[in-house]
Amino acid sequence: MRLKTLCLAAAGAAMLTVAGLPAQAAEQYVPLLVYKSGPYAPNGIPMAAGWEDYIKLINARDGGVNGVKLVTDECDTGYNNDRGVECYERLKKPTAAAFQPLSTGITYALLDRVAQDKIPLYTGGYGRTSASYGPVFPYVFTAPLTYWSGADIMVQYAKGQEGGSLKGKKIALVYHDSAYGKEPIPTLERLSKEEGFEFYKFPVAHPGLEQKSTWLQIGRQVKPDWVFMWGWGVMNSTAVKEAAAVGYPMDHFIGIWWSGAEPDVVPAGAAAKGYKALGLHLPGTDIQLLQDVLKYVYNGDEAKAKENAWGTVLYNRGLFLMAIEIEAIRQAQEMHGKGKELTGEQIRDGFENLNLTEDKLAAIGLKDFTKPIHITCEDHEGGGQAFVQQWDGEQWKKVSDWFSPHREALRAAYKEDALAYAKEKGITPRTCK
Amino acid sequence: MLYRETGQFKTTYRADQAIFPILQDKIGVLAILAFAVFVVPFAADNYLLETILVPVLVFSLAAIGLNILTGYCGQLSLGTGGFMACGAFFSYKLATAFPDLNLILVFLLAGLGTSVVGVLFGLPSLRIKGFYLAVATLAAQFFLIWVFNKFGWWTNDSPSGVISAPPREVLGFVVTSSEAHPISKYLFLVVLVAVLALVAKNLVRSRIGRSWMAIRDMDIAAEIIGIRPLVAKLSAFAVSSFYIGIAGGLWAFIYTGSVEALAFQIDRSFQVLFMVILGGLGSILGSFLGAIFIVLLPIALNVTMLAIDPTFSVALVSDMEFMLFGALIIFFLIVEPHGLARLWQIGKEKLRLWPFPY
Repeated sequence: MRLKTLCLAAAGAAMLTVAGLPAQAAEQYVPLLVYKSGPYAPNGIPMAAGWEDYIKLINARDGGVNGVKLVTDECDTGYNNDRGVECYERLKKPTAAAFQPLSTGITYALLDRVAQDKIPLYTGGYGRTSASYGPVFPYVFTAPLTYWSGADIMVQYAKGQEGGSLKGKKIALVYHDSAYGKEPIPTLERLSKEEGFEFYKFPVAHPGLEQKSTWLQIGRQVKPDWVFMWGWGVMNSTAVKEAAAVGYPMDHFIGIWWSGAEPDVVPAGAAAKGYKALGLHLPGTDIQLLQDVLKYVYNGDEAKAKENAWGTVLYNRGLFLMAIEIEAIRQAQEMHGKGKELTGEQIRDGFENLNLTEDKLAAIGLKDFTKPIHITCEDHEGGGQAFVQQWDGEQWKKVSDWFSPHREALRAAYKEDALAYAKEKGITPRTCK
Repeated sequence: MLYRETGQFKTTYRADQAIFPILQDKIGVLAILAFAVFVVPFAADNYLLETILVPVLVFSLAAIGLNILTGYCGQLSLGTGGFMACGAFFSYKLATAFPDLNLILVFLLAGLGTSVVGVLFGLPSLRIKGFYLAVATLAAQFFLIWVFNKFGWWTNDSPSGVISAPPREVLGFVVTSSEAHPISKYLFLVVLVAVLALVAKNLVRSRIGRSWMAIRDMDIAAEIIGIRPLVAKLSAFAVSSFYIGIAGGLWAFIYTGSVEALAFQIDRSFQVLFMVILGGLGSILGSFLGAIFIVLLPIALNVTMLAIDPTFSVALVSDMEFMLFGALIIFFLIVEPHGLARLWQIGKEKLRLWPFPY
């Protein structure tokens, strides 16, 4: 009996595969590097859900991008650099739309490879900051903001709260001791000289569950006026708990946009109330796109959608990052032929000419969700903006205006760092028209 | 069947002491080597070469290094990750400070530098043994990683602390960074690892290797018969760190192409230690088998599960991978606590006696 059912199932599966073979419409391959396992899974799962749902939405609502269906393939990196490289090599194809590694460490490992393989690497709000300098990194895109911009915005916000001057104030940075956490240090060091604040660094070892001594030093010894945090995964909620334990005022504690989601504050309970973080886009579900997802992907079943993290900060982040990738595909189709399957090299052109104006954002259901992004050959950051959001114990609330970082100084710094990299690697920067 | 040794007579001590005294073994190893050099690069695709064979080779070298220390000399070490980091950062500094230096020389110098560090951290081994020494070598692990994380000099002041391998050539072929073709990377590694493994094999058969084994088996007895523990233990640390250092350099330059100190955390030390234990303590062959087992098996499990049913969620596959991998480690340790190399040895004995094994 068992054998019979097994045989039947096998035959059924075989027929399904055969039936699925014809009907070869144009398809675009979108590889997804996710992490649904390992210590960072609580953050990786909602991001991946956002990606998947956006792709399902585009396929269900619009029948793909100009009729080109999106097909995906996933690989679980576990936020582990070597597995990330393995996954990249496993999934890469000349027709891959773009890779989003969701990890600064993996980004560094892939930086050279993507230029060689001619596949865009889209690291929205993370990755190597100086890769925003397009002439040296033609295949890497960092829109809407980089970590250096984030650091700049945090300092701007703190300065505003302190009544316009940070002279003599103390700012501490609590960071994940990896490529990711170290990114903002040069910018904060530069700003500490320009603005006249004292800057203290507190590295936290992976995965970040042990922060007692760090916070005792912050709370009892250094007593900074502001604490900034570059954390990820369990490190965030641990930091919030420890900050509360030493009585550090939560509203002077600001996380980067990767330290400002529900999994970061909910485990800390009531202690997290008042904690702030930067936001790249609005939290919540009161957005056209989220309603569309609810309608087309979940058939209006809100309970089921919520089970899949619908409307949480990281889910919205996933939607947002995938929306930019899909818009780049759309832009590339404008340039290289609508309704066709494109190569990674052609989609790179789409990224580089992406101009998401207010109108275009509204057209894809993201009105007021984020600020316009305009990527050019020279500037792969695209001029995004961020705001400060605060946890009120129940949900994240936007509590400030949109901030634009001081881009002239930052761009000069990007260029300097990128050119140093080019020199070390023997890359000749291309010239932008 | 395979091992029909009729007519193989050894008439000299030299022939009796050869690495492979049995003709079939010699032919087998040469055939495997020839296959690895002449067939694999052209038969395997880039994915297999770059993400499976290259790390297997790099880890084999690291496992040989640790095997010399732990398997042959009996000094338990948890500092492997730190020593690999030394090799990686030394190679990086050498390669960027002297762009014209030959790549092989870069690795050898980095290896020598690491062996100096290894000797330094090996000094406590003269007083403490066993688990206590393992704890002492942990200091090396944490201290070294801290040094490379803390001082920007090691990374040429890279803001994120990530080093990235500059493109370098060997015999006119680029073998480092992503510019290199996977085939040239792989061939360079195969040759380098084969040569270093041959050196290691001969080293452990020599006087110095025998003194290591004497120390391992009973250090007081060894001392009484005239082996100086200082020289034996520190030379084991030096040679072991040399190999591990080169493996670290190869990891950064040839495998990933860019690396941060975080890649050489304590997990890496455990990973190499498990390779040595699973492969077989005190066996060069075991180092290779262990590396193959630890690197290949998780990926093979993952890919196989997805090949069986592509609709499995990747999260489920990843979790299953952990569970199956753990179960297999326990299975192999129960079947043969002395490692995979011992399993092969038993098999070989049976084959030699075939068809009448007893």
